[in-house]
Amino acid sequence: MKNILIIALLFSFNSLFSQDDLMDVLDNETPKHKEFVSSTFKGTRILNGHSIENRKKGTLEFLISHRFGRINQGIDELFGLDQSNIRFAFEYGVSDRLMLGLGRSSFKKTYDGFFKYQLVRQTRGVKAFPLSISLFGSAVYKTLKDYDPENKPDFNRKLAYTSQVLIASKINNSVSIQITPTYIHNNSVRTNQDPHDIFAVGLGNRIKLSNRVTLNTEYFYTANPLKSIKAKDALAIGVDIETGGHVFQLILSNSITMIERDFITETTNDFFEGGIHFGFNISRAFQTGGKKKKKDF
Amino acid sequence: MKYILSVLVCFLLINNLKAQDRYLTKQGTISFFSHSPVEDIEAVNNQVLSIVDIETGDVAISVLMKSFMFEKSLMQEHFNENYMESDKFPKAKFKGEIIDFENLENKNKVSIQGDLTIHGITKKVKVEAGIEIDKDSVVLKGVFTVLVADYEIKIPSVVKNNIAKTIEITFSLNHKKIK
Repeated sequence: MKNILIIALLFSFNSLFSQDDLMDVLDNETPKHKEFVSSTFKGTRILNGHSIENRKKGTLEFLISHRFGRINQGIDELFGLDQSNIRFAFEYGVSDRLMLGLGRSSFKKTYDGFFKYQLVRQTRGVKAFPLSISLFGSAVYKTLKDYDPENKPDFNRKLAYTSQVLIASKINNSVSIQITPTYIHNNSVRTNQDPHDIFAVGLGNRIKLSNRVTLNTEYFYTANPLKSIKAKDALAIGVDIETGGHVFQLILSNSITMIERDFITETTNDFFEGGIHFGFNISRAFQTGGKKKKKDF
Repeated sequence: MKYILSVLVCFLLINNLKAQDRYLTKQGTISFFSHSPVEDIEAVNNQVLSIVDIETGDVAISVLMKSFMFEKSLMQEHFNENYMESDKFPKAKFKGEIIDFENLENKNKVSIQGDLTIHGITKKVKVEAGIEIDKDSVVLKGVFTVLVADYEIKIPSVVKNNIAKTIEITFSLNHKKIK
């Protein structure tokens, strides 16, 4: 009898609880699944180098980047604004994970092609994982005829390759960090003391100042820099301003180029002695095909 | 003793009766539409949770903001990141009741009144809806509009011509009886 009473009591409690809010019923019904972290960075670049962000499937982005001359050239060169290196590129999301790009820089008349593949996505909720990991590879082809016409290098000698592992984490809504181990191979070098293989590591972060503005910094440490040109580590600081389909980045950097191989291995200016290039990246995204639209009512 | 027991059993029975008056859906549809001279923006959410109690006329709806699907992936990202701040306010909620629920016979239009919470801001709303009550389903359908400014959703001046001030919201909720 006592047992029956206890069971009945439990049920009657249950009946009290079940009169709870309808909203609580819904909260209990909410499926608990893992959630992918998005918008670790605003753009596909932290500043000079690539960020973990890919453009999603079917998004074509037209990217125009400028780096002006050195600020410490003074008023004669209008603090560097008289000179500029421009890179324009088309970058396309083949799938949500794979992005391809083709670009052309005026500096040394260089073409570059790259892929970026998202290996792991940071997740929250059930089975959370704190890191996003992407693989990046690019090939650079220099077409500037800066060689002795008698001794024309073949196609292979003008090529260089970059491989990177991008490891990023969106720590909270406003702070994201990225670490970027980098391996660069040059098919040809200027002098015998220059290494063909260069190892570097990049550190980047962003801090959100508002929903549309972030402050970014990026630094690349090179373990074995080129000796013939006294290469320095690349440092950049800048802001991202986002408006609708555009991301606008304003950058101060000691590198004049926007291609990984060049700014990681061939930066020669000293940031702290005014060897700074002002620059910007502007991107415009277009959606092509691959519509997600579903309409069933 | 027997008396207490029978009271408790009564509670239990009431409880069972109550549960049978509730109708739930996990795949309700809510879409919104913004028309402006520059562009039309539309997004659909097919995973809306909604519950109706046909004994009391109470309605509760819970909408996960990140489940809205847009035509353009960047729009979806901006919607969550910049406008709705979905990490901070993951859900939109509605809690209210069907007005004049007792005299529902043969009616196919009802008014639903209650509190709508979007972007952490709660406002009273009154919405006209079509209703179809069946033995094991309750369907609610309708269209209403909300003012973006009411919910403190900030739109920067550069894109203010791209986004309408009034957003049209369409809902279609096909509730099934909770067994």
